[in-house]
Amino acid sequence: MTVAQPIIRLDQVTKAFGASSAGASFKAVDRLDLEVGSGQMLALLGKTGCGKSTIFNMIAGLTEPTSGIVTVDGRNPFHDFDAFRGKIAIVFQNDRLLPWRTAVQNVELGLEMLDIPPGQRNETAMHWLGKLGLLGHEHDYPHALSGGMRQRVSIARAFATDANILLCDEPFSALDEMTGRTLRAEFLKLVKENGKTAVFITHSINEALEIGDRIIVLRRPANIAIDLRLETETTVAEKDEIRQKIQNVLAM
Amino acid sequence: MTMSEPQAARGATKARGAIWRRAFSYILPFVVVASLWQIASLFFPPFLFPSLIDVFKRCFGILVHWDQLSDVLATVGRILAGLAGAFFIGAALAVVMARSQSANRFLSPILTLFQGIPALSWVVFAIIWFHGIEPRIFFIMVMTTLPAFTFQVLGALQGMSRDLTEMVMSFRPTRAKLFRVMIIPAILPDIMTAWKVNLGNASRVVVVAELVGATGGVGYELLQQQQVFDMAGALAWTLQLVFFVLIAQAVLTFIENIVFRYRAVSERTL
Ligand SMILES: Nc1ncnc2c1ncn2[C@@H]1O[C@H](COP(=O)(O)OP(=O)(O)OP(=O)(O)O)[C@@H](O)[C@H]1O
Ligand SMILES: [Mg+2]
Repeated sequence: MTVAQPIIRLDQVTKAFGASSAGASFKAVDRLDLEVGSGQMLALLGKTGCGKSTIFNMIAGLTEPTSGIVTVDGRNPFHDFDAFRGKIAIVFQNDRLLPWRTAVQNVELGLEMLDIPPGQRNETAMHWLGKLGLLGHEHDYPHALSGGMRQRVSIARAFATDANILLCDEPFSALDEMTGRTLRAEFLKLVKENGKTAVFITHSINEALEIGDRIIVLRRPANIAIDLRLETETTVAEKDEIRQKIQNVLAM
Repeated sequence: MTMSEPQAARGATKARGAIWRRAFSYILPFVVVASLWQIASLFFPPFLFPSLIDVFKRCFGILVHWDQLSDVLATVGRILAGLAGAFFIGAALAVVMARSQSANRFLSPILTLFQGIPALSWVVFAIIWFHGIEPRIFFIMVMTTLPAFTFQVLGALQGMSRDLTEMVMSFRPTRAKLFRVMIIPAILPDIMTAWKVNLGNASRVVVVAELVGATGGVGYELLQQQQVFDMAGALAWTLQLVFFVLIAQAVLTFIENIVFRYRAVSERTL
């Protein structure tokens, strides 16, 4: 599927792990073509270990593809290091909080990189901690927070930088049903109101159907099995059909 | 639930008792060694086993006489200067080695080779290569502690969490900020440990360095005591150096307790 204005482009991207000289390399991503349009809310589904996080790492410029080209906003995210400062925010699969920083200091991390003055930094961080229901815990160290609280701190850390591209690796998986629903709605609003582009990984078909406006299901090793768009007028019956289709692919 | 008065008092007595028992278990080994020494002093001449009272008097004498105390402080200064020099050079080498495989392959064997060279050999090299007492001692101190510092900092850098490093990198920090927010806090615990270990090593090496050439310092004074067979003096000077190491260790531990408050402590200890 081609997109009018792709902001993220993967062109025949392969990522292999392991010593290539030994010949025992393992392909996590296999000749993947993917274009994500500006303003899209893309849900990425796929079995565990199919290479979803690896795709994120390549888009974020944390790893280099073995072959193929990744471009974000027309640039190479791995080599153009400074150009992407403040442009991409990532919610990692595990919270990755710095243990020597309190909750609020962790949220301020990205803002420090953008040279935002301390007062304003604190204000923004507290705003996001409040939105995620963490007020009263801002001075706690990560080891004193629960798993779900840590995950929410890491969501706050990513969103606080106000980046235009959001990559979220199962952001709502460690949360209870109610909190998850509230945050999904908040996330959807944030992305749609500010014209951001978001790619989120999920294991929940319902979550994908609820907030995604495009769903991609991956095979293992990662390449596209299903790529479909949801319109606002997609009916419940059509959604059920889509759900069935996705389940069939994931069951393979 | 409120405790009745006598119960509370008993609790407090119990706690005080526990503190005393702890303190006692700390000093017991020293008391035993000191007692054995003191008993030996009753049966042997003073140049073999001097009375601890004499040793204590000599210690006190060192502390109150500036010309003697300045010797202790000179030695302390040499230890700290040598460690600081070795630390900065070692840290710089470690950063280079962590960044480049080929630098690592080149420098590792050299440092390992240095580690095998005895302190006394460095003393001889220093005397031949350098003029002046202080440059010689500084050189000896740096060369003997450099390999350990380098390997310890390198190990700390290599042991940094890849997940956390990548998280910080995803915010695209400048190099200076990466050091400030990630690398330094992550390796600080290992650096503190390295200082503690090397402090002990350096205090043993420094007297050797001073034995040959220095005209002041604990090593020089020890040599004087040896020439007149003054065991009490030798012990007193040794104890002064040990005191210093204990104080420095206590300062480092105090800093650790403040800086590493963030660490989670499990109720199940190792
Ligand atoms: N650094 C690495 N070195 C070697 N193999 C790796 C590395 N990172 C990932 N892999 C392998 O690549 C495959 C894909 O990993 P990835 O983390 O992208 O999966 P995923 O789709 O995110 O899975 P999950 O849903 O369980 O998070 C896995 O089989 C994994 O073993
Ligand atoms: Mg993953």
